[in-house]
Amino acid sequence: MSLLDPPRSRSLPDRLTGPAARLSRSWEVLLLGIAVLIFVANTQASPYFLDPWNLSDATFNFTEKAMIAFAMALLIIAGEIDLSVAGIIALASTAMGWALQFGLGTPGLVMIGLAVGLACGAVNGALVTRLGLPSIVVTIGTMSLFRGISYIVLGDQAFNGYPDSFAWLGRGYVVWVISFELVLFALFALIYGIVLHRTNFGRHVVTIGNNPTAARFAGIRVERVKMVLFLLTGLMSGIAAVCLTARLGSTRPSIASAWELEVVTMVVLGGVSILGGSGSIPGVVLAALVMGMVTFGLGLLNVPGIVMSIFIGALLIGVIAIPRLVARIRGR
Amino acid sequence: MSYSIDMTDQIAGATDPVLRLAGISKSFPGVKALSDVELALYPGQVTALIGENGAGKSTLVKILTGLYQPDAGRIELDGAAVRFATASDAAAAGVTAIHQETVLFDDLSVAENIFLGHAPRGRFGLIDWARMRREAAAILTRIGAQIDPATPLRELGIASKHLVAIARALSIEARVVVMDEPTAALSATEIEELYELVDRLKREGKAILFISHKFDEIFRIADRYTVFRDGQMVDAGRMADVTETQLVEKMVGRAVDTIFPQRESVPGEVVLTVAGYAHPTEFADIGFTLRRGEILGFYGLVGAGRSEVMQALFGVTRPARGAVRIDGRIAVIRSPAEAIAQGIVYVPEDRGRQGAVTAMPIFQNVTLPSLPRTSRRGFIRMAEEFALARTYTERLDLRAAALDQPVGELSGGNQQKVVIAKWLATRPKVIILDEPTKGIDVGSKAAVHDFMAELAAEGLSVIMVSSEIPEILGMSDRVIVMREGRIAAEFDRARLTPETLVRTAAGYDRKGVAA
Repeated sequence: MSLLDPPRSRSLPDRLTGPAARLSRSWEVLLLGIAVLIFVANTQASPYFLDPWNLSDATFNFTEKAMIAFAMALLIIAGEIDLSVAGIIALASTAMGWALQFGLGTPGLVMIGLAVGLACGAVNGALVTRLGLPSIVVTIGTMSLFRGISYIVLGDQAFNGYPDSFAWLGRGYVVWVISFELVLFALFALIYGIVLHRTNFGRHVVTIGNNPTAARFAGIRVERVKMVLFLLTGLMSGIAAVCLTARLGSTRPSIASAWELEVVTMVVLGGVSILGGSGSIPGVVLAALVMGMVTFGLGLLNVPGIVMSIFIGALLIGVIAIPRLVARIRGR
Repeated sequence: MSYSIDMTDQIAGATDPVLRLAGISKSFPGVKALSDVELALYPGQVTALIGENGAGKSTLVKILTGLYQPDAGRIELDGAAVRFATASDAAAAGVTAIHQETVLFDDLSVAENIFLGHAPRGRFGLIDWARMRREAAAILTRIGAQIDPATPLRELGIASKHLVAIARALSIEARVVVMDEPTAALSATEIEELYELVDRLKREGKAILFISHKFDEIFRIADRYTVFRDGQMVDAGRMADVTETQLVEKMVGRAVDTIFPQRESVPGEVVLTVAGYAHPTEFADIGFTLRRGEILGFYGLVGAGRSEVMQALFGVTRPARGAVRIDGRIAVIRSPAEAIAQGIVYVPEDRGRQGAVTAMPIFQNVTLPSLPRTSRRGFIRMAEEFALARTYTERLDLRAAALDQPVGELSGGNQQKVVIAKWLATRPKVIILDEPTKGIDVGSKAAVHDFMAELAAEGLSVIMVSSEIPEILGMSDRVIVMREGRIAAEFDRARLTPETLVRTAAGYDRKGVAA
């Protein structure tokens, strides 16, 4: 028997509970239940809801925000946050509109949108990881900074006249009712799900969020991982900027106003701990579906926007408070 | 105070306990923490509460201080039944506790910490600051602590903070003082000062409950003992009537070999050479060699710079100067990742913060630095992870329900095994263990000592930082003593006595180093 190179044995079990038992207690199953309830409620509330084209339209309520939410989920799990994502959209969209005046084609516009997103992510990441500043303060600052630049460039003007091939990125359909944005959403859900749950990088993200000191003592390059996460969030904001600009067909400095809060809401509703250390991509996907369906269903019922935000707020607090209340009652 | 007269009577008689617990039981969901336990505390006497981790000592302390309510049983103060519904009830009855990690406030002054919650009030119910400082100074003088009451607590060392905690206990006219592992974070000199203080409290007629894992100090200061095992009281009596071996047997319920593992050490070629190692503020002139299969002990007082040297070697803090060679080649270590790549690993003293990720499962803790080995092209292979984690944790005799149990649910000793397993899985050349048995029970302690001996026998080089003299003497081939950031002396195990260690660590020509 050797300690450094021990033989293999099999007495300590891998897991105490089976996959079914783990699943039944998971947040995702609770969210799935809520999603089904809202789906059924919507079908009862409006006869138009089940129409395939209506359902397809409903997806635009969440696809762009959800793309950012995937990257944001990783960032929040790692114990950081980026509140400048909507500011990045504004700046990236403005840059694309400005480039349009020089006759750039669709590939060039997309490249600019993504590059601005990456650059903004790099600014946030450098301020947080190089200077050690708290990300919530840094990104509240860059939130105003990025959008401020957009206001200076545009004033009360707007950039219009994006080419048709560009517009397809926001309005186009791949097959039947499946939009290009929906395909992107599904693709990114898959990629981020694999990255978070099936790669060493994802494990490092979770470890850093649970205990950054122990992560460093285990040889994880904490600052490098965080830098990558800020870059990813910037890049996803750039991609969302391309889609949103293409869909709206114009750029105004007020574009994507207050999206950062909706993105964070989606992440937290998806079961990601706001304190970092835990969360899942399937949860965020379900949260995106729930939020999208609520918004669309209330829209079909002609409920005013302010009531929708009240409903989303109540849903968020309710979904977070109920498990804790249940645990407290059980603990007695 | 009116009760001080009664108390002198009691010291004369010394037969009636001040505080008596009878038939106390307490359950938590799934666990019976205490079942039908008895405890009696006598004025002017120290009662040692002995038991392995998980024996129910902490639960008892929480019941005594009003944090938990017992499910059944009686608490009697001077023979009359009382109920401690809240922490302030217990404090009002004169029961106070000094915890292992002092529960004090860094940003408040010493005087504020002493009187927090019961500050002397002046007109309009406002705090009478002058009187508070005066009384704080009086209490500090009484316990022989030379601390200015106006000092912010942050500026004090651990030992002085303990003195403040004790002053706080005295400020509420305590009759029963509970000390929960008060010496865990103290150096040898500081511990001596604490003993003197305990003697002083005894003379003042306080009843003291002293919880400790260290038998030498139990025999040094306790008058009586009570042994807990698995939530039950197994024995109680006078210290004069028992031996250490008997106490250990009662505690673990079986005979335990308290002797350190015997080993034939044949150190091989030099693995690690450190020369002219220096940090701007923490240490200077550090130079030593470490051979294959050797256990090198590092002894010193708290703050002597031992952990700082080790953390620099592991790449956590960067030294200003100096050379590190591994197998004769210069090693550049700027981060823990580089240290691990060079074969140096570090088991930190602060297990919960630096060593383990307590919210994550056992297997993920173990594989953390070995992920490149258990994965393929960066993609996780769970089966490989479980296999690697099981291999090393079982070899270290980890006690757990399953490998996906969060590390935080394990006892201190088992958490330490997870951290050690994590590093063994990286197949290191040098393992640095910083206070490897701090705060873990006797059974796990012996297990950790056995692993160390086995690891050395298999050719791993071990550096062990320890403040426990028996451990240093029992395990090391050579011992380096550090003092004030420098190496004070180096000894072979053969010509080393506890006295030499203590005197070297404190400095030969100085006596009674101030706390």
